[in-house]
Amino acid sequence: MSTPTLTAAPALRFHPLRDSVTMLRRNLKRMLRYPSMTVLLIGMPVIFLLLFVYVFGGTMGAGLGGSAADGRAAYANYLTPGILLMTVMSTVQGTAISIAMDMTEGIITRFRTMHIARVSVLTGHVIGSLIQAMLAVAVVTGVALLVGFDPTADLLGWLATAGFVAAVSFAFIWLAVALGQASGTVETASNAPMPLILLPFLSSGFVPTESLPAGIRWFAEYQPFTPIIETMRALLAGNPPGNDLWISLGWCAVIALGGYLWSKRLFNRESKL
Amino acid sequence: MTSAITVTGLRKSFGDQVVLDNLDLTVAGGTVFSLLGANGAGKTTTVKILSTLLRPDAGDVRVAGHDVTRDADAVRAAIGVTGQFSAVDNLLTGEENLRLMADLHHLGRRDGRRKATELLEQFGLTDAGGKAVSTYSGGMRRRLDLAMTLVGSPQVIFLDEPTTGLDPRSRRDMWQIVRDLVAGGVTIFLTTQYLEEADELADRIAVLAGGRLVAEGTADELKRRIPGGHVRLRFAEQRSHDKAVRVLGQTAPDGDALALRVPSDGSVRSLKALIDQLEAHSLEVGELSVHTPDLDDVFLALTDDKVAIA
Repeated sequence: MSTPTLTAAPALRFHPLRDSVTMLRRNLKRMLRYPSMTVLLIGMPVIFLLLFVYVFGGTMGAGLGGSAADGRAAYANYLTPGILLMTVMSTVQGTAISIAMDMTEGIITRFRTMHIARVSVLTGHVIGSLIQAMLAVAVVTGVALLVGFDPTADLLGWLATAGFVAAVSFAFIWLAVALGQASGTVETASNAPMPLILLPFLSSGFVPTESLPAGIRWFAEYQPFTPIIETMRALLAGNPPGNDLWISLGWCAVIALGGYLWSKRLFNRESKL
Repeated sequence: MTSAITVTGLRKSFGDQVVLDNLDLTVAGGTVFSLLGANGAGKTTTVKILSTLLRPDAGDVRVAGHDVTRDADAVRAAIGVTGQFSAVDNLLTGEENLRLMADLHHLGRRDGRRKATELLEQFGLTDAGGKAVSTYSGGMRRRLDLAMTLVGSPQVIFLDEPTTGLDPRSRRDMWQIVRDLVAGGVTIFLTTQYLEEADELADRIAVLAGGRLVAEGTADELKRRIPGGHVRLRFAEQRSHDKAVRVLGQTAPDGDALALRVPSDGSVRSLKALIDQLEAHSLEVGELSVHTPDLDDVFLALTDDKVAIA
């Protein structure tokens, strides 16, 4: 038995690109309407930057082998890649929060009942966060330059750094999209990415791994943040990043794919009663 | 007439809890169908399944001619949903929310703007269109929510408790909007816990209790299904009153000495029979009024196991 349709069914087509642009526009507008979030996300790494350069910088710089006088500047140079990665992680935390905010509001339920390319709800967030991350990294780089960061990269090195930071951001943003959905509440979502904020401390971001005790050193050398920071450090200093680049990109690919698949699965699960 | 929604043998459980138990219903195109039930009766679950948010455990569910499981995208293209909790973006303005919907329905820039302006005007939100939704009152938010649903010109609209929590004025505004929509040819599937609302709007009403349909019909049919309906006759003089008591047999006294209650289901046929009988005996009736139980009586009777249903 078949029920006659009310109208002749039009050909159903999806427009993932167009829908993603629409969703991106929505997310950018939301960021503009809620600027305190962006300020907070950029503020955190800036505070760490200033704290480490001005409070610990003299001593730390001396430890790197420089003289006490130019130690602070030397440490600012050493520290900046780690702070930039922390900036990315901070925006990623923002992604998880805004995804969770969205999920608790009815508008996502509306999107689910509409004939739209479903993935666009997520890609809109991802691209929006990517733009936010790149802007945040640019701002923090500016502050770093003011406090003594003195990169020797040429234009190509800068472009390579920007591309690399974008790749890293992209990967971790997808992870955050999944974390934000898995969290259930906004509070959980703001805590879930905490390890990502703290992991730079257990890497080569703040001190060379050689100075760490054996166990932590082993962890630091094998966790993804160390090769990522080393790659940025090399690119910004105008040196070839070598193997670290490929190891980092491998990590990024795994994290991006894992985050994407997990996100997609979470988004397609049934809504609760 | 084609049916906009057909549901056969729908079942849904969450764990051990059976929420919908073998539900059957049919909604004709261009009509208002109201699903009536107390909190927890399964109304929202039904709407979620019909609007592709939940998958049925068993049963055949077709909306606008498409199967909700196999052809969910075709269903989504034909429906609009306004849920119990407002599905609006609080950080955007009213107009931006409508434009967002227009973009997602792939209306062009100019068409999108025109549609947004039209809907803002139709829903009395023109002045508030440029303000962030977070500043809206409950009634405004609900109207915007429904306006957003209408951007895509859906054939079938689901309204899940659209007036819960609204003040009487906003509720009446919402009713008028629903009437206008039906006049425009769309099918409305409305859930409500207010009998008055179902009575006002619905062509057909189904009463849901504990995941089962306990009754279905027009408001009048439902009212006739339970005892208590009667015709009240008031006579001008005692003589006619006494004669009527003898002639009509089954009568009951009313509070007034000159009035009588005759049991009746309130249908035209039974009224005609009564009037014929009165005429045949030349009984002069001063006043005749029909008393049917209101939907509240019906609802309480149908959803309470202890009350037998006639």
